[in-house]
This record gives sequence, structure tokens and C-alpha cells, in this order.
Amino acid sequence: MDPYSLKKLNALRMNRQAAVHVTDLGDGRDRVIEESDVVAGLLGKAVLRAFRQGKAFTAEVDGRTFFLNPHLPPPRLVVIGAVHISQALAPMARLSGFDLHIVDPRTAFSTPERFPDTRLSADWPETVLAQEPLDPYTAVAALTHDPKIDDHALIAALKADCFYVGALGSRKTHAARIERLKQAGLSDKQIARIHAPIGLDIGAANPPEIAVATLAQIIEALRKRGLQVAGARAA
Amino acid sequence: MAEPENPMKKQDPLATAEAWMASGRDVAIATVIETWGSAPRPTGSHLVIDADGNFEGSVSGGCVEGAVIAEAAEVLETGEPRMLEFGVADETAWRVGLSCGGRIRVYVERLG
Repeated sequence: MDPYSLKKLNALRMNRQAAVHVTDLGDGRDRVIEESDVVAGLLGKAVLRAFRQGKAFTAEVDGRTFFLNPHLPPPRLVVIGAVHISQALAPMARLSGFDLHIVDPRTAFSTPERFPDTRLSADWPETVLAQEPLDPYTAVAALTHDPKIDDHALIAALKADCFYVGALGSRKTHAARIERLKQAGLSDKQIARIHAPIGLDIGAANPPEIAVATLAQIIEALRKRGLQVAGARAA
Repeated sequence: MAEPENPMKKQDPLATAEAWMASGRDVAIATVIETWGSAPRPTGSHLVIDADGNFEGSVSGGCVEGAVIAEAAEVLETGEPRMLEFGVADETAWRVGLSCGGRIRVYVERLG
């Protein structure tokens, strides 16, 4: 491995940026490819597959054997609102491998008693997200119903191109939300990325069931994320 | 409360490799290239080894690390990368093998 490749790869991983390390197994030469890099031909297709699947594999290209080792940032889930749905969502999200963070400025909701073993910030999303910016490997679920708390996080999530953005609320609530987000300068295309009402349509009838529907939708967005990436490349 | 996720803070062979390199140590990197059947560590897993035989990370559940570390010493000396294969169906099974019955291919190269 080239020392320069190792330094570049580690720097990208440190910054939560995706990279694929490609090694020619014939001569040992290697390079680090970022998600914004354009790689031509069959190797390019293999690189896209590596970013999409997040699993390492070998590929034969023009009689040469390449090993592609993707390094994707661990997925994060930022939940706005220390509400009942979040109480059910927290342990399930943790089991599913998400680095979970719950943000709610209402100190009566954000208590360690209600959220054992969960990373909790009893502060405004404005403050928390300024310290820990969102990124494309982060999902945001806004669950408070309160525009004062939810809106800033939703705007930040759309601007950061989070892989999933969901918001709780009826269709009527969401229509009002769309108006506010337009006022805030977001485009229709950006706003259309919000999953609202939140969660897969499984007829969820109580907070734990809504949590299941939401987590399922987040996992779907994560695992099918590559299809969007591929589309963006082709465009 | 859990700390923010930082991949470099956990046991991280590639971060270790960089730190060892910075302190002037010769480093070999072993990578799982392919697995068949039940393999304990997925493809892409790393084991890094220095010239004194210090190591971090793993390419199996501990079954073949000893053999990989021995090969790494030679890779460091010659600078030539090597492809190793381990498994019960392999002729090296008498020496080291994977008790789980799987088979893995490991690429060992020098850093730099």
C-alpha cells in the first residue's frame, strides 16, 4: 500500500467521508477513490457498486484483478424529539447498528431515566447540529410536532443531503410545514425528500409501531441509497 | 452516555499502521481478499504487523494470524506482496486451518 494512499484514506474516514481503496492485485499498486471522483469504464462501474454495497470484492477488468475495499462512514441517526416513539426507536436503532443521538431542548422529555444508554442532548437542534454537522451518512427523524424544534433540523438535514429525512405529522401539518420550508428558501425538490407522514405505511397504530415503521423506512433509504448515487453519476 | 462515534478512536488497524509508519517502523498490511463458506472476518478486514511482530486487527478469529505474521516478516524483507490461502480443504490445513471449515485468501503487502 502506498503511504500516501493510507494517509488519504485515514483522513477521509476521520472526516466521515466515503472512500474506496482499490488495489491492483497483479502489481500491488493502489489508489483511493472518493465519492466525487469519476472513474471511467468497467472499473468505474465496480467502484460504484463498492460505494453502493459497502462490501469489499475483487473485480476482473481488462485482464487485471482489482480488489475494491469500500470504507463507508458508520450510519448515524439523529432523532429530534425525546418522545414516546423515540423511546421505542432508540433500542431498535442501536440494535440495527445506528449511532443514535436524540436531541430535545425540553428538559422534562430529555431525561436519562426515559432514555437509558442513549446519547441525549437537552438542547436546541440549532446548537447541537452546529457542533456536530449532519452529513450524507446521517438520517434525521423529526418527531416533536413542534415547528420551533423540528424545522431547523429538517432544513439542516435537507441542506446536508442526509440519506433520510422524515417528519412526524398529519398531511395537514405537513402542508403547513411545506409552506414554512419554502419561506426558508428550500426548493420543491429538496422538500419532496421529506418522508411525511413518517414511516412505511404499515398501518402503525401506536408509538412503538410507528417506531418500527420509521426504522424500516430509514433502513430502506440506507440500503437503496446507492441507486440515487448511481443516478446522480449518470446525470 | 456513549461518546460520539469516531472510527479512529476504536481499535483501528489502518490508523495504527499510519502511526507506526510515522514513528519510522516498517509495516506490513494483511487484507482478507476473499472468503468461502463460513469465515470469521469479512473481506476487507485488516491485520497490520510491524517488523518486530507487533500486530493489530485480525483476518480470522485467531486461527491463522500466527502464519500471516510469519509471512509478513518475509514480505517486509523482500518488499514483494504475497497472496496466502487458508482453509480446511487446503494443503496447508495440517499447519494452520480454519476450524469453522471456511476458506480465506489473504493479501500481505508492505506499506511503502
